[in-house]
Amino acid sequence: MMISSAIIPQPLARLPWRLIWLVALICTIGIITLFSAAGGSWSPYALKQGLIIIAFFALAIMISYIPERFIKSVTFPTYVAILVMLVLVEMIGFVGKGAQRWIDLGFIRLQPSEFMKPAVVLVLARFYDLLPASDVRRWRGLWPAAMLVLVPWALILVQPDLGTATMVLVGGVTVMFVAGLPMWYFLSAAGALAAALPVVYTMMHEYQRKRVLIFMDPEADPLGAGYHITQSKIAIGSGGIWGKGYLNGSQSHLDYLPEGHTDFVFATFVEEWGLIGGVMLIVAFAMVVRWGMSVSRRAKTRFAQLAAAGLSMTIFFYFTVNLMMVMGLAPVVGIPLPLVSFGGSAVMTVMICLGLLMGIERQSRSRSRLG
Amino acid sequence: MKPSRFTAAHQSMTFSRRMMLVGGAQAAFGGVLLARLGYLSIAQSEHYQLLSESNRVQLIIVPPRRGWIVDRAGKPIAINRSDFRVDIIPEQVRYPTQTLRALAETLKLTPDDVDRIIKEFKASRGYQPVQIAENVPYDQYAAITVRLPEMPGVQPMRGFSRYYPTGPAVGHLVGYVGAANAKEHEAEGKNPLLVTPGFKIGKEGIEKTLEKNLRGQPGGQRVELTARGKLVRELEPKPDRSGGTIQLAIDAGLQEYAARRLGEESGSCTIIDCLTGDVLCMASMPAYDPNSFSDGIGQTEWRMLSEDPRKPLTNKILSSLYPPGSTIKPMNALALQAAGVDPDETIHCPGGYRLGNRFFRCLGRHGSVNMRRAIAKSCNTYFYAMGHRVGYDRIAEMAKRMGLGQKFDMPVVSQSFGTVPDSAWKARKYKENRRIVERPDWTASDTLNASIGQGFLILNPLQLAVMAARIASGRDVQPQLIGVHKQPAPLLGLPPEHLDAVRGGMWEVVNGDGTAGASRLQVPGVEMCGKTGTAQVRKIVGSQRGQSGDWKYRDHGLFVFFAPFDKPRYAGSVVIEHGLGGARAAAPVAKDCLTYLFDQPQAMKRLAELETQWGGTLLERTARRQAQFDVISKANLSA
Repeated sequence: MMISSAIIPQPLARLPWRLIWLVALICTIGIITLFSAAGGSWSPYALKQGLIIIAFFALAIMISYIPERFIKSVTFPTYVAILVMLVLVEMIGFVGKGAQRWIDLGFIRLQPSEFMKPAVVLVLARFYDLLPASDVRRWRGLWPAAMLVLVPWALILVQPDLGTATMVLVGGVTVMFVAGLPMWYFLSAAGALAAALPVVYTMMHEYQRKRVLIFMDPEADPLGAGYHITQSKIAIGSGGIWGKGYLNGSQSHLDYLPEGHTDFVFATFVEEWGLIGGVMLIVAFAMVVRWGMSVSRRAKTRFAQLAAAGLSMTIFFYFTVNLMMVMGLAPVVGIPLPLVSFGGSAVMTVMICLGLLMGIERQSRSRSRLG
Repeated sequence: MKPSRFTAAHQSMTFSRRMMLVGGAQAAFGGVLLARLGYLSIAQSEHYQLLSESNRVQLIIVPPRRGWIVDRAGKPIAINRSDFRVDIIPEQVRYPTQTLRALAETLKLTPDDVDRIIKEFKASRGYQPVQIAENVPYDQYAAITVRLPEMPGVQPMRGFSRYYPTGPAVGHLVGYVGAANAKEHEAEGKNPLLVTPGFKIGKEGIEKTLEKNLRGQPGGQRVELTARGKLVRELEPKPDRSGGTIQLAIDAGLQEYAARRLGEESGSCTIIDCLTGDVLCMASMPAYDPNSFSDGIGQTEWRMLSEDPRKPLTNKILSSLYPPGSTIKPMNALALQAAGVDPDETIHCPGGYRLGNRFFRCLGRHGSVNMRRAIAKSCNTYFYAMGHRVGYDRIAEMAKRMGLGQKFDMPVVSQSFGTVPDSAWKARKYKENRRIVERPDWTASDTLNASIGQGFLILNPLQLAVMAARIASGRDVQPQLIGVHKQPAPLLGLPPEHLDAVRGGMWEVVNGDGTAGASRLQVPGVEMCGKTGTAQVRKIVGSQRGQSGDWKYRDHGLFVFFAPFDKPRYAGSVVIEHGLGGARAAAPVAKDCLTYLFDQPQAMKRLAELETQWGGTLLERTARRQAQFDVISKANLSA
């Protein structure tokens, strides 16, 4: 919906308000849930989360004003810079004898893998933007793209961070898919993946393997590693249709639900707001993704089309995997629910994606003028 | 195959198609999420609400008070005594090391105790308390209470411990209680009550068999707890319900008297009401002290008890089997009459009975004896001859009618029921176990041996008591351990004249010139009837008859009896292991126990005399033995 009134200044009126209201709804749900998760208190989560959201929303708006031309021109250098940071993290981790995922700059801890989520989408979009249409179905249409995805994927995987690595992979593959690479690539890759699963399983870290096993049968160890999933399902299921009422969630308030303010925030929310609240949140997310996909379809340039599709997929994958995990449909991989879970990284990533999407949307609307 | 040329137009078409696929996949996932959410919050909601509630609300269990065990007059046999105990709630402890050190010092805990506490402390979850000590003396309890502010998490409480006023006298009868072990906890589906500090379950005897009735329903404080066991708020408490009182048929006074009267002997005394079957006394001695068992028994004490040749851990009424010796002769006499033998027919006893080329000895040369005299004098020759005439299968039939070899319906942990042999039994046994039975056919010498209560025949003392009761009343008496019964048992349907002949013989045993003449009752108008028995512990080797030598090879002394003669009311059996003979060892015990029922002062006077010889009353001697155990176990500990 566009608010076009003489009183409201043009730049403001041109913002995609439909999306902003949806995001505001999701963030509000997050903040009130964090308020409850802290036992009915603004600290330590809700207030901080509010500030984080405002800050990154401002960032998103700023990003949305960056011209596509400029983004295109900095895509490759940025990608390379993030890649270097990933390698750096690896090396620090190696020296420090332990898993490390961030670079400590003193005032802020940078997680390069977070930036890689949108970066991989942009770099692939740029790649297929440059690639002549006739080459898309050739070998040279595949291998550079594959390298662009697999190198960061591998670097993140060995951190080890299976969740983020998978997201990077899914974002990249989505761009390759809509870019029009032959279907059999994907089908055979899926087939190979299915065949390789047992091998992957044997190569996994002990804690990852345990998570997979527990996912298959959480009741096998309800007090041990299956505890998270079991308690999360109890919280969601016991909420029923209408929920236990705001601030009345016993699972979260009595600490039975672990990580009730981060990865399992959805369970905290649904315990108190019930099926009604849960459906509302899922629908809101779905509408955000739908908006992103429509931005992609309406985009005028190939880069914008591909980038928007990949970014939408990144957002989609973020919340879907989290919700599947929380409801016992996927193993516990440690992916937060974006905009709702407490913590800055996920908000940052999603806000960057949304900022880019808003920029694409703006430019597709005013294409003719910018010419 | 060379790919067809891919143009920008193709590309745009592919893009739209692929976008639809991606969008479709996203929609499908969204649908799955919604469906799953709906499934969890609608279809599974009730299930998860229950789980959530059981997470939220927990019960701090207050163990129920165990039901009493009382005797037929309501006199307590097992009760609860209030005591002091100290528990600790690990969740609330702030300084574990200091607290534990202070407790160990004040309560004088042993290193073993401290080890156990540390182990349980680490294993405990949430609000589950851990026991520090029970049966704490008042001054130590008071010392802890005073220091409470500096020891958060420590809970001095009043608890209850099981108390058996007569101690060892009722040991085998009621058993004892103790903390549940891991296996018992498992068997009850990890019932949390069983690991609640201070809660005890029945481990032996009636305490074990009637656990369900005695236990009661645990109550407790319902509380809202966090996952880490922190108390959020207290909810409405759930009241506990004490266990039910169980009334035994036992006469507590008689039980104690019999136990004390058995003195230092290894043996048993069983007395039952021969009309109703109420078991008035079941004393098996020596016995462990159930009081000391219920506090948790030390290893040294356990070892010493289990190595004692007088077997204080065995219930000698139900779990020990003896050859009954001559005590079954009255039953034989009934069987002979049933088989048509005239009780007045006489048999000449020249000091034994010749079967083929073997001579079966009698204890004396009784000359010409009829049935009555044969019982009175315990003449083997008579029963050899008559048994051989009618065949043992007919005697075995009567033996079973008298309750011999039978397992009774009683709430006891185990009953060894022995053997009443006959030809069918022997044939069957021959197939199963050739070490016991060497040939499959029943021989005449089998009959002769069984006729005097030796050979294959082995029985427990309860069966002997039931036999005496059935002969005394002619009723189908079933031993009753629980409750007081008024209704006499139905008649067995034996001809009264048969019973009279047997009772006459038993009268003569005690009141005539029979084997137990020395044990006549000194109560005017009350006459005891009985039958002595002497059972060989091992085969007679040469002239050695088990009347001298090592204690453990001496003969057992047995006695079955009833009284009064003219109106039988009480019947029973006494078995004194290695007591040399029934008349010498067993009959005097029976006499004194029956005297207790008719003339208490006389019986108590007699007991006082005996106990002076033995060096104190049963409780005094038990206390002395306990002190001995403590000294030895302390010595072992410091070694």
